[in-house]
Amino acid sequence: MAAKSKKDLLVENAILAPLDWVDERTAAVRGTKWFLFRHVPRDVSWAQTLGSAALTAFIVQTVTGVVLAMYYEPSSVINPETGKPVAYSSIEAITNELTLGWLVRGMHRWGASVFVILLFLHMGRVFLYGAYKYPRELTWITGVLILVTGMLLGFTGYLLPWDQTAYWATVVGINLNGTAPFAGPWLAQFLSTGPEIGSETLAKWYSLHMLVLPGAIIGLIGVHIYLVTRLGVSSPPWSSEAAGRERTPVEPAGTRAGLVRGGGD
Amino acid sequence: MSHDNPHVPGASLWPIGFAIGVACLLLGLVISWIVAAIGAVLAVGFGLLWARDVTRDVREEVPEIEAETRQGADAPVAAQPAAAPAPLPTYTRSRFLEASTLGLGAAIGAVVTLPVLGFMVLPSFTNLEESEADLGPIDNFPVDTFVIASYLANPSAGEVTRRTAFVRNNGPAEGGEPSFTILYSRCVHLGCPVQPNGPIDESKTKNVDGVELRPVLAQSFGCPCHGGLYDAEGNRQAGPPVRSMDRYTFSIRNGRLVLGELYAVGNVTGRGASATISKYPWSTPGTHVDGVEAWLYPIVPSQVTG
Repeated sequence: MAAKSKKDLLVENAILAPLDWVDERTAAVRGTKWFLFRHVPRDVSWAQTLGSAALTAFIVQTVTGVVLAMYYEPSSVINPETGKPVAYSSIEAITNELTLGWLVRGMHRWGASVFVILLFLHMGRVFLYGAYKYPRELTWITGVLILVTGMLLGFTGYLLPWDQTAYWATVVGINLNGTAPFAGPWLAQFLSTGPEIGSETLAKWYSLHMLVLPGAIIGLIGVHIYLVTRLGVSSPPWSSEAAGRERTPVEPAGTRAGLVRGGGD
Repeated sequence: MSHDNPHVPGASLWPIGFAIGVACLLLGLVISWIVAAIGAVLAVGFGLLWARDVTRDVREEVPEIEAETRQGADAPVAAQPAAAPAPLPTYTRSRFLEASTLGLGAAIGAVVTLPVLGFMVLPSFTNLEESEADLGPIDNFPVDTFVIASYLANPSAGEVTRRTAFVRNNGPAEGGEPSFTILYSRCVHLGCPVQPNGPIDESKTKNVDGVELRPVLAQSFGCPCHGGLYDAEGNRQAGPPVRSMDRYTFSIRNGRLVLGELYAVGNVTGRGASATISKYPWSTPGTHVDGVEAWLYPIVPSQVTG
């Protein structure tokens, strides 16, 4: 091998050596390669990107939500300056007064719908392609839990503007839960912290919306993505490639001569 | 025992005792705590006996290990102790550490988690304020006319505690004591605000100590959300509600009308002072309080916590 050029040496010392140092201690580089550089079936299409799209929508919700939490105040007490509840006044301030607040709140408000719509499209794709079948059953089950948690995030977030729509929609939503047999009335009273919605309801739902449910859904998404990486992307039903098999990089010797039946299978 | 054969537990009578205990416990939750306690003891006791019965095979299955014997070629080297006692299962240091780590971890976890879970759940059901509402002198309520009474149940908590009642003075009852029909404005379908179907007499609107009183010419009530319709006694006429409108208990003190607690109503026959009201503990809107469907809601929070 020819002597390394100066440039190669520079790259090796400045980038590769530190990466090796980190990888030796953490396996971070190997892990990243394992996560990113995967074999995918030849005939994947845009349909297989819906999961990544939903993940992107979720990341948008996380980032905008964290920033909104810096300005939003979950209190039903009347703000003496505006004569309106503190929660509603803080939403008004975010929307009308704070620089770029209208944009970030709009991203969060519309992004919530986008996230749920993408979850359903992704679920439909997986269902129609039969991608939930062996060995991906647990990926489907964690996906269903993500869908449920996502809907709960939407349900709890809807109350936070604390306007008439939010209040009465939540009254109806809580009482819908209350009609479930046996546990329903107990669930309804827990959700509203007492027989009726009040100031404690707002604080509880804010906590659920920005601490409990995001924690749960982030854990579920982690498991979901780990399973997707581990099991690989499945081929579409019409594919000539067997689902879930890794592509054979080189055809076995003898295939072309007809000595091996079935080729890569 | 071959592992090809399914391990079928033998017939046992304990499940019957267990079921009786559970039934007794559920019944006791409605009737009395003593019956519930007896039911709990029965259920736990018979449950343990049942578990012991079912797991007997598993627990008592000791593998029969025959001591290895060899025919010594030489003269018998002192006849081997024929039945060497099967080695006792050893309880090693690592097993002890494993068990104590898990046990201590579970104990610490329980000590931390249980109070937190309790704090999360229990305040929704305990120490709920039973505030009464003073609606002012009963002279403000004309006979046989509904008055929309709107007040703050907890003024310091603000508008979110605003409650509305439809109050009708029925005039004196047979015994001469005053009679009121007081309907709660929340729809018993899913809790939306029910509206009186009739014109409000704005000229007679009063504000008595923060309570807004607006007489209304209405003989029925409608809910804007999903089209529930009630008659003047609160009975369902149309739409999705599952029972009659909730009502308030009331008392008259120094000539003033004081609202007490809410209760649920199955059905009302008759009207006004001579009405017969089937009264039940208050429950969430949308839940049946009478008929077969009420079996779906055997215990509601207001039955337990008052």
